[in-house]
Amino acid sequence: MEPLLEVTNLSKSFSVSATAFGGPKRRLQAVAGVSFALYRGETLGLVGESGCGKSTIGKLILRLLEADGGEIRFAGQALQTLSQRQMRPLRRELQMIFQDPFSALNPRMRIGQILSEPLQIHRLGNSNLRTQVVDCLRTVGLDEEHYDRFPHEFSGGQRQRIGIARALITRPQLIIADEPVSALDISIQAQIINLLCDLQRRLKLTYLFIGHDLAVVRHVSDRIAVMYFGKIVELAATEELYTHPLHPYSEALLNAAPIPDPRQRGKRRILGGEIPSPIDPPSGCALSPRCPYARPLCVQVAPELEEVMPGRWSACHYSTEVGRFRRQDTTAPAD
Amino acid sequence: MPLLHIDNLHTYFFTNGGLTKAVRGLDFTIDRGETLALVGESGCGKSITALSLLRLVPEPGRIVNGAIRFDGEDLLRIPLTEMQRIRGNRIAMIFQEPMTSLNPVLTIGDQIGEVLRLHIGLSRHDALDAAAQLLQRVGIPAGRQRLREYPHQLSGGMRQRVMIAMALACDPELLIADEPTTALDVTIQAQIMELLDDLRSERNMATLLITHDLGLVAESADRVAIMYDGLIMETAPVEELFATPTHPYTRGLLACLPRLNETPDKLGTIDKPLRAAVDGSATHSFLDLCPAPFAPRNNHLPLLREIAPRHLVRCWED
Repeated sequence: MEPLLEVTNLSKSFSVSATAFGGPKRRLQAVAGVSFALYRGETLGLVGESGCGKSTIGKLILRLLEADGGEIRFAGQALQTLSQRQMRPLRRELQMIFQDPFSALNPRMRIGQILSEPLQIHRLGNSNLRTQVVDCLRTVGLDEEHYDRFPHEFSGGQRQRIGIARALITRPQLIIADEPVSALDISIQAQIINLLCDLQRRLKLTYLFIGHDLAVVRHVSDRIAVMYFGKIVELAATEELYTHPLHPYSEALLNAAPIPDPRQRGKRRILGGEIPSPIDPPSGCALSPRCPYARPLCVQVAPELEEVMPGRWSACHYSTEVGRFRRQDTTAPAD
Repeated sequence: MPLLHIDNLHTYFFTNGGLTKAVRGLDFTIDRGETLALVGESGCGKSITALSLLRLVPEPGRIVNGAIRFDGEDLLRIPLTEMQRIRGNRIAMIFQEPMTSLNPVLTIGDQIGEVLRLHIGLSRHDALDAAAQLLQRVGIPAGRQRLREYPHQLSGGMRQRVMIAMALACDPELLIADEPTTALDVTIQAQIMELLDDLRSERNMATLLITHDLGLVAESADRVAIMYDGLIMETAPVEELFATPTHPYTRGLLACLPRLNETPDKLGTIDKPLRAAVDGSATHSFLDLCPAPFAPRNNHLPLLREIAPRHLVRCWED
């Protein structure tokens, strides 16, 4: 099956000053050779900690940022070869949902305008624009009465529904959701996650779901790519990644995530140290200064992402050993 | 006698738009060395509770009723100068965003040193030595050199460690931690929570952990109080709360959580009408829609009732 989106060896670096007051420019490698494919109707979760490059990937795909290298193919078409004008009809197919719906909505526009504008720009509007917009509002659980209101009149959860409606109104194939529930309260978060899952089933959407909360990402994703320091370090089907991670960083993330069950409390192996400075990257594997499995080889040679088992990719010299420090699920029956 | 006993606390905000009852009759206790997690969603009044404890409620807010008994003494009835001695000395607080709580134009050494000079009366030189030791204890190596750095030179995790060092400088009996790891990445969060746990058992320090993250609660609290709309809905020892949640709000919160080890078809939701609806049309609160044992009667909410040892739920007797 041909993937809907195929990203090959994508890279992007930024030029930054060494200090807050200027000084010589340095290169900051935000995305360093990332490849993955996204199939129709699936959700690929992209997880990692802040600064790992996951949001940059979203922006590169939409060409809100231009990549330094690599290729992005959407439905067989290489996006970077297109001019911005040629890109425009494709933007209808590729939409984005942002983390903070308030800063993503123009405070001076009424909801009706916010949702009609994409229809007008892409010439999708028919004679009854209002009905089209109201239909879309209903799809995301809002109502006609919200049509003439301004963004500030809504709660955070409702605003995120408006953000979702705006992404949906052009009937896209692919939605890039960048931390869409991170700013929301737990009860609202659950509603939005349910809505996103519902919409996917009903409208046959494909999602690239960017997040940092492992439990949330697990709930929505079919496959997951774990990122560290600008690279994908592990890629696997959701279930397999959570039961048996093959990269030390995935294992560490799973160990660090707090589990809402006091019976599972106990000592666990925590990753020490901090995320290294991207301006001054460590040699070899970027995780090596923090990794409990690290050996001299790791400092010398950066491991490549390889298919360790069918459908399971990991970038670690010692993938086969990973699992030794996994926190035990004390409530599961022993096998 | 508990270390802290909050009794019928009311903190109201007298705004131009009218009266907002942020905290409206709060009761809870914390024993020495105990960690109580105060859990709720944004706007439930949990941070205002913390500020009330320190008598730092910002204008136009005011504590209008209740008592805050700390070690037997009502903090609401002591002179301000005495309160200032208790703040930082016996009750310390760490905040969510360490960057906004640290002074950007003073070095780390100046800021930790100030606490030590003010509260313990150390000389400038001794204060720096003590500050370096504190940094060492909270896991910042090369403390001496770090003392000369400014907050912007540190990572988020390091800044939170500095905040913890400042809070612990005077060996407080009670630490208030208001969302201490919300701004941090998950691996760093795990480090900070482990540090707080270690420090607490080492010093027999009581902790009021304010959070919205039930995962953190399960990992580090002894007891939990669930707060909604300015009131405690349920409080219980942590194992009991997770094993037999009783109030509909508690049950709703737990059902909403996505889990690491299971994927239900759909997450639970709390059918919570919005309090501040656009046109004031939502007059019902979540509580009005609760089943009879938990719903208000004649405009009165039920009181907290003990349904099992140390397990209190806001419900009617029948």
